[in-house]
Amino acid sequence: MITWSSLFDTSWPKIAQILIVLALFFGFYGIAFAAGARVRGKAQNKLALVLFLGPAIVLALTGLGIPAIQTFIESFKNADSSQWIGFANYTHAIKDPDTRLAFVNTMLWIVITPVIATSIGLALATMLNKMKREALAKSLIFMPMAISFVGGSLIWNLMYQYQEPNRPQTGLIGQIFMWLHLTPQHVLLWSPWNNFFLMAVYIWGTTGFGMVILSAAIKNIPKEIEEAAQLDGASGFRLFRTITVPMVKTTIIVVLTTAMVGTLKLFDVIHTMTGGNFKTDVLSNRMFDEIFVYLNNGRGSALAVLIFLGVLPITYYNIRSIRAERNH
Amino acid sequence: MLKKKGLGVAAAVAAIALVATVFTTSSASAAGCDAYSKWKGTGTVKVFAGIRDPEATIMEGVFQQFTLCTGIKIAYEATDQFETLLPVRVKGGNAPDIAIIPQPGLVTTMVNTGKAVPVTAAVLKNIDTYYNPAWKTFTTVKGKVYGAPFGASSKSLVWYSPAQFKKLGVTAPKTWADMEAIAAKFKAAGATPWCAGIESGAATGWPATDWIEEMVLRELGPDQYNKWWKGELKFSSPEILGVLNKVAAWLGTSAQVGDLKSVATRRFQDAGVPGLKDGTCGMLQQASFYASMFPAGTKFGPGKDADAFYLPATNTKFGSPIEGGGEFPVAFSKRKEVGFVQDYLSSPVYGTPRAALGGWTSANSGIPLSSYKDPVLKVVAASLQAKKGAIVFDASDLMPTAVNGAFWKEMTKFYAEGKSMKDVAAAIDANW
Repeated sequence: MITWSSLFDTSWPKIAQILIVLALFFGFYGIAFAAGARVRGKAQNKLALVLFLGPAIVLALTGLGIPAIQTFIESFKNADSSQWIGFANYTHAIKDPDTRLAFVNTMLWIVITPVIATSIGLALATMLNKMKREALAKSLIFMPMAISFVGGSLIWNLMYQYQEPNRPQTGLIGQIFMWLHLTPQHVLLWSPWNNFFLMAVYIWGTTGFGMVILSAAIKNIPKEIEEAAQLDGASGFRLFRTITVPMVKTTIIVVLTTAMVGTLKLFDVIHTMTGGNFKTDVLSNRMFDEIFVYLNNGRGSALAVLIFLGVLPITYYNIRSIRAERNH
Repeated sequence: MLKKKGLGVAAAVAAIALVATVFTTSSASAAGCDAYSKWKGTGTVKVFAGIRDPEATIMEGVFQQFTLCTGIKIAYEATDQFETLLPVRVKGGNAPDIAIIPQPGLVTTMVNTGKAVPVTAAVLKNIDTYYNPAWKTFTTVKGKVYGAPFGASSKSLVWYSPAQFKKLGVTAPKTWADMEAIAAKFKAAGATPWCAGIESGAATGWPATDWIEEMVLRELGPDQYNKWWKGELKFSSPEILGVLNKVAAWLGTSAQVGDLKSVATRRFQDAGVPGLKDGTCGMLQQASFYASMFPAGTKFGPGKDADAFYLPATNTKFGSPIEGGGEFPVAFSKRKEVGFVQDYLSSPVYGTPRAALGGWTSANSGIPLSSYKDPVLKVVAASLQAKKGAIVFDASDLMPTAVNGAFWKEMTKFYAEGKSMKDVAAAIDANW
């Protein structure tokens, strides 16, 4: 007998499971649309609404809404969620020195990385604008976006690799130190500077994103304005400061806030490169450690809630800026 | 889990070839099935573990004979995220039939979910017949036994290069003082006496916790050791703090292990390779599974490419205690086939052919020592098989997960950040 659970039995090949789910999905929608096409008049509108919105709402609720509520509830419970313990997880998050360090580092990340990534992105977008082979240069800068952060982190880990001075250097950074007749450093252990070496990886990976969006915005600046400014004698940096930046201001804000939300959720770089050791821990890695290493569901959930609360105002501002842009 | 992927690469190559011969001979003769006659069944038993290739391939090769004789299929699935995934699966109602769990602490966690099933009478009989009574205690929760021992390893070993020892004119030491003398000779010859590396991804720091455990066992004895992992003896107690400082003097100074920060970032796999062979560092305290880290073709044994000796006792009060590690197949289903597989895995019927393929040891005394071809593994197996004498389990793996995690992280801080052992102890204690 075929039961629901047997369809998802792990002894089936994965590809068969995927095909079954896809067949179910398209089968259901085929029938639903066929039926929907026969309905005429006012009912058609309502049916379309249900057909299109229904699954999205169900998926958003089961995949996002319910887990979010559950996380919120579990943040007030103990390690295995069997007892209510009030705000103990939150007070622990504030008092625990390791978690506090993660807070401080996360703040550093939010303030520094988006600003640098966006600034470099803006500078590149302006400089590359109307340059020869612009597309080629842009694709090269955009390339790291195509690599996952785990892959990127592994590459950078090799570049940062430390070897004692009397041994052949295997990391690029160590070799540069040698060429400059300096003693190679454990860059990943060099607190607090190691945070910046980790940020470099993230900036390397996200600058391309900002550049592409800003470049599109710059290309949208009406030529007349630029020409008028040039006729008035503005050029170079002045043109950039008085025309380009104000004209793409909303885009800059969107890029900045998106990068901020990204850094608040930053996990892969830290997890892959230092595992949160050497005073480089951030909130999301701490959350992972609490849940999966220390098996403390309550503390992990509390951190998840705190991260969510941190993302909320930024996301709100982000959405408002995008709306303002649209109405513009 | 990272600690138990015990297998020599060289052995693996040979083993795969051997597996092939096992198939051909066994399928030809039904006589090979005598030992399996008490198990008959149908269907598939799903086994989930963190044991991956090359060990997994060899294991599945041995399972073939079981399936051939009993009709029970074993579907084996391995992942490097075992400790993370098992609780998720069990909680989600998707538990495997059998999970091979390397940490007694995790066994307890799984039992507390109410989904794990105690072992069958046949498995219990295996444990009583073949194993040192200590093994039973590792998976006993509220008076019931949940795990049948499977593979086992000894952590109380020191790896060395016989060629380098010969150069210094020394042989494998029998006492702690002799070992210290050899360390001093390495130092005098310009080498770092001890090889050390504790980087291990998310579990960075665990090799250092092993050093502490060895020293607690040697200095304070098995009784205090057991009190310690149960939390009755705090890290900041004068006894344990004294041991922490002893380890700091043994493997925590740059005179003994070289640059301390490098210890924190060096992968544990690379700690003794190629350092031992080229003589840049002298000795490496690491478990028996470290054999698999040596390059393919390495020959083990006295006078060969690499060898290991028992980490000597520091005093005569407690004999020669051993710190062991091991895996425990725990059942999540009451089907009779699942019980059969558990029975099979804890019996010599699995152990003897598996031991013959190399790169694996067990504490099962039903496996003839002659099955172990590798001299190092033979020494390890003999010490693990001893029915008397103190065998303790990896203490950090027995501690609650939060304490274990803090233990790793704080030991890493000792090496990477120069945190004092006193502060390390206090920080770990805060997690009880």
